[in-house]
Amino acid sequence: MDSQIKGVSTGTTILAVTFNGGVIIGSDSRASIGGSYVSSKTINKLIQVHDRIFCCIAGSLADAQAVTKAAKFQISFHSIQMESPPLVKAAASVLKELCYNNKEELQAGFITAGWDRKKGPQVYTVALGGMLLSQPFTIGGSGSTYIYGYADAKYKPDMSKEECLQFATNALALAMGRDNVSGGVAHLVVITEEGVEHMVIPGDKLPKFHDE
Amino acid sequence: MALSNVVETPASGFNFENVSRNVALKGLLEGGHTKAPKPMKTGTTIAGLVCKDGVVLGADTRATSGEVVADKMCAKIHYISPNMYCCGAGTAADTEKTTDLLSSNLTIFSMNSGRNPRVVMAVNILQDMLFRYRGQIGASLILGGVDCTGNHLYTVGPYGSIDNVPYLAMGSGDLAALGILEDRFKPNMELEEAKELVRDAIHSGIMSDLASGNNIDICVITKQGVDYIRPYQESEYKDKRQRRYKYRPGTTSILTEKIVPLELEVVQETVQRMDTA
Repeated sequence: MDSQIKGVSTGTTILAVTFNGGVIIGSDSRASIGGSYVSSKTINKLIQVHDRIFCCIAGSLADAQAVTKAAKFQISFHSIQMESPPLVKAAASVLKELCYNNKEELQAGFITAGWDRKKGPQVYTVALGGMLLSQPFTIGGSGSTYIYGYADAKYKPDMSKEECLQFATNALALAMGRDNVSGGVAHLVVITEEGVEHMVIPGDKLPKFHDE
Repeated sequence: MALSNVVETPASGFNFENVSRNVALKGLLEGGHTKAPKPMKTGTTIAGLVCKDGVVLGADTRATSGEVVADKMCAKIHYISPNMYCCGAGTAADTEKTTDLLSSNLTIFSMNSGRNPRVVMAVNILQDMLFRYRGQIGASLILGGVDCTGNHLYTVGPYGSIDNVPYLAMGSGDLAALGILEDRFKPNMELEEAKELVRDAIHSGIMSDLASGNNIDICVITKQGVDYIRPYQESEYKDKRQRRYKYRPGTTSILTEKIVPLELEVVQETVQRMDTA
């Protein structure tokens, strides 16, 4: 599927995990062309669409950037009209509408995660064709196939922030270690009621496993 | 929010009209045994980097049309605004027109709003336009400039993807140039060192890529202004062309001369007066 993407693609590993009091969203930072040339080692795949809502992108970089730009505008406008911060579900719905209505021409998938006053920390997946799904945690991108086992085994509901950070970092490191189109540094964003904290873990500081 | 544009931007959301047009065009051309004309590609090495005092952009000057060098002194660093320049790789016409359009739009914007355009604005306009055309505009651009928020360097791909980077190379010679940049780039370099590094990167592209060559242009953008050095370095392989191909009478020796008068008969003669006043 990924080899069908024309232009720069983010063959990628992205994930989002809720914990007690917030949500952690993370990604790798590699962008490739044709599955064999790394066009960027430091691409930003965590796009902030509102104060407490982030979105990570997978698929065609051009499509994903265009969709998140349009979504950012629409969410901002919606928030001004409602005179209150948008719900995470609203942000995810905006992305879903854009993906579903243009599904013939677009090749981009998203994970939306954030915190709002109504439901607290939430994670939503918007798949390629425009399916919207709410889950306690989710993984996506080409690298995610290598960590389904790890994620299913190690995820616990209501983790603490430190446990959740460790879970997310390990998951990203494992996926980046096996998937050739994921790599670079690990970007992690912790979103809570208090605010947003961005962490970058360079490749050599990632956890190492038995064969490295 | 309205800003006047030279070309109308669609009202909202995405406009995929051109997709069906492109499909129809393809069918029309291939079905009717005609081939679409092959656009001239610049086959290029372009590079840019951000240094302490500003942004340095570099490019070679060869434009190829198939296996022939169509232009030996092609200008690949295009003017966008007094504080921004853009190197273009890919289809020559597309890069020219896209940068021209961008430059016009930004001039209108700065006249309307009274503000100098920022590099992010130029990048956003480029991204919107290239995405709308779904990759049919073959322009890979390196946009560099200095504005009130600092020194910026952006890459814009033909499908509309953008990335903000400290150093960059694009075009057919990009891998060779990138090797040099990866090895010697440091953040906050001095201007002279930066110019030499860009020169070396383009030079390596010229040496390793057949479609890049001839001279090297460098453009230095700082807060004080722009220094467009064209050429920064001329190619060592220059030929001596005559340029004037008029020969004096007698250069070619005449061996024999035969004059045959033609017998003409005057059939009709008309005289028309001309008014000379």
